[in-house]
Amino acid sequence: MRLNGAQILWECLVREGVDTVFGITGGAVLPIYHELPNYPIRHITMRHEQACAHAADGYARATGKVGVCLATSGPGATNLVTGIATAMMDSSPMVAITGQVATNALGTDAFQEVDITGITMPITKHNYLITDVADLALAVREAFHIASTGHPGPVLIDIAKDAQTAEIEFEYPDYVSLPGYKPHTRGNPRQIKQAADMINTAQRPLIIAGRGVLVAGAQQELCELATKAHIPVSTTLLGKSAIPETHPLCLGMGGMHGEAFANYALQQCDLIFAVGMRFDDRYTSAAGTFAPNAKIVHVDIDPAEIAKRIRVDLPIVGDAKNVLRQLLPLVEERDLADWLGQIDSWRAETRDRDALWQETDEVLPQYVVFNIWEATRGEALMVSDVGQNQMWEAQYYRHVRPGGLISSGGLGTMGFALPAAIGAAAGRPDCQVWVVVGDGGFQMTLQELATVMQERLPIKIAILNNGFLGMVRQWQEMFFQKNYSGSPLLGPDFAKLAEAYGIAAATIESKEGVAAAVKAAYDSDGPMVIDFRIEREHNVFPIVPVGHPIDQMIRRPKQTQP
Amino acid sequence: MSLPPPDSTFSRRTLVVLMEDKPGVLSHVSNLFRRRNYNIESLTVGHSETQDISRMTVVVHANDAMLEQVAKQLYKLINVTKVSEVNTDDAVMRELALIKVHAPSAQRAEIKQVVDIFRAQIIDVALDSMVIEITGDESKVESLISILKPFGIKELTRTGRVAMIRGSLTANGTRFGS
Ligand SMILES: Cc1ncc(C[n+]2csc(CCOP(=O)(O)OP(=O)(O)O)c2C)c(N)n1
Ligand SMILES: [Mg+2]
Repeated sequence: MRLNGAQILWECLVREGVDTVFGITGGAVLPIYHELPNYPIRHITMRHEQACAHAADGYARATGKVGVCLATSGPGATNLVTGIATAMMDSSPMVAITGQVATNALGTDAFQEVDITGITMPITKHNYLITDVADLALAVREAFHIASTGHPGPVLIDIAKDAQTAEIEFEYPDYVSLPGYKPHTRGNPRQIKQAADMINTAQRPLIIAGRGVLVAGAQQELCELATKAHIPVSTTLLGKSAIPETHPLCLGMGGMHGEAFANYALQQCDLIFAVGMRFDDRYTSAAGTFAPNAKIVHVDIDPAEIAKRIRVDLPIVGDAKNVLRQLLPLVEERDLADWLGQIDSWRAETRDRDALWQETDEVLPQYVVFNIWEATRGEALMVSDVGQNQMWEAQYYRHVRPGGLISSGGLGTMGFALPAAIGAAAGRPDCQVWVVVGDGGFQMTLQELATVMQERLPIKIAILNNGFLGMVRQWQEMFFQKNYSGSPLLGPDFAKLAEAYGIAAATIESKEGVAAAVKAAYDSDGPMVIDFRIEREHNVFPIVPVGHPIDQMIRRPKQTQP
Repeated sequence: MSLPPPDSTFSRRTLVVLMEDKPGVLSHVSNLFRRRNYNIESLTVGHSETQDISRMTVVVHANDAMLEQVAKQLYKLINVTKVSEVNTDDAVMRELALIKVHAPSAQRAEIKQVVDIFRAQIIDVALDSMVIEITGDESKVESLISILKPFGIKELTRTGRVAMIRGSLTANGTRFGS
């Protein structure tokens, strides 16, 4: 078959199982767009390329498949950068395709020329500049392989315009040969035996589960391990739902804004079995103060993650599912009543301070999230933004659906939620998708409301509107003498704005209205925006000040009992 | 134990890196060193015995833990096929330098003498300067430079270290950490 580069690109994408592409056209991708209508692929036209990348990322996290975004050269390509970096930090499989000026113009500062392979070198797992159509098919094949295997991540393919129009005999390469790329997948049996011995003899063991468990689809195995050996499980932000959060052994998220009892358990345990997580500083706080009494077993598919920040006693390189399967038969049933009893008493003390008990007519963010949780029974696909809203979602939505939370953890990208939700909703029409977002982050990508409407995606958007860049304001309150420099926001009327886009909307200003508004959104077939005017200076508790050990938290002041 | 290891001592360590000869691979590697804040002293790259495989020698200032991270991060680059450390004890290490030294006729004899002692070579002579070539380990190159300095060095270029394991073992057959 003699095809041009644009046709070859689409042929390859179809063969890779791509059904949706998030893109914005432009001069350097015109040949690619010209061929698009001939292929069975849904193209979602976004309103900003950053949103294309976040949508591809959201699609990937929601479906487990590679997300694909497409942009023109120059500004189209540079607009992708934040979204690519976000995907890189959270190990999300993505292929980003950009157009490039023609080969004979390369390096001349031609109109809309930018060195996007140079720019994205540190934020992609790999990238390609294609100047010869003969290299295109293999590059696409390799890109999908690299993006989706091992430690997943984004791969960028930059295609010169002349390579899009040049013709060649098309042949789909049937295998890739990458001598320098061979991810480990099975754990070393000797190390696994050693890990089992450590687990079987520990008195106060704890599992930390990260996103790697979800990527590997190892929730079942993790749950079996915890249940069999009676080991409590804490998760990272991105590891939420690695074990159903209603499970009695689930301690929820640990770290800077983690559950107090999870943080106490981390500092008191004598063994940490960490799987698919990378000891991020938001989880461990200062590395030298973390888990002072514990031996650490670290399971990760990426050898470079092991001993990067935290000293590890036993490393196991491998895929979480394989390693857990290898480990399970070697682990003994245990009864750790003392340890679990200790954790339960910490848990009870935490419950006493819960914001949900607070008597007030104001709309408390925790109460909003709690209502969404109740209405959706923990089964929704939640997409949170960054800031206080992200932490309240994490603390009050107990995820039951595996992979039920999509959030920018590593890069902490404000404006991520709405476009990522578009990707998630496009990939998973069977799920109800909710966005929890702050008034600040929402205004960074709210132009995508137009995409929501154009594509008829029934996304429910809960804005936790505090009139502040709230998380920053909280730090200023606590650590910068309440000097609210640059953090107050005067926002628009979000309900009117939503209506201008043709989206149903409500504004909720008191506690009574919350449940009904959530229910209305839950029941509706279309998208909805709810502007929750929450208490303006409400804080996220607990909070571990930077550099402190994670059990030295600032706690919520005790309320009088209801 | 979660405490970071007590910092083992920093020293100059040599890594040999084999990589597919693909466009951009060298910038991937140098970019990695900059981004991860690794302290490199020299980096030399050229063809290897295998077609389409380039061989790079990097000298890094690192301790054990850092060197391990450097190697692991290098392995993450898709086109890197092999990383191995070579130790001064079991490898030959060489670098080449070209030195253009101020050499009016009155000083030539003296310079020639120095060059002979170092078993270096004079490869170009002009009216008032000459170009000297020296091959050796860094300390040898270093000392020749310091001896020539008083004569007036007009131009200097050094290749950085290249290394090869002695005996029949090859860098291709050893792997970092094993
Ligand atoms: C793109 C980007 N810019 C700046 C920041 C720094 N930042 C972190 S949280 C935050 C405030 C977020 O405010 P808002 O979206 O209203 O959420 P809230 O904390 O009030 O819930 C800011 C500015 C960021 N994370 N991302
Ligand atoms: Mg806000």
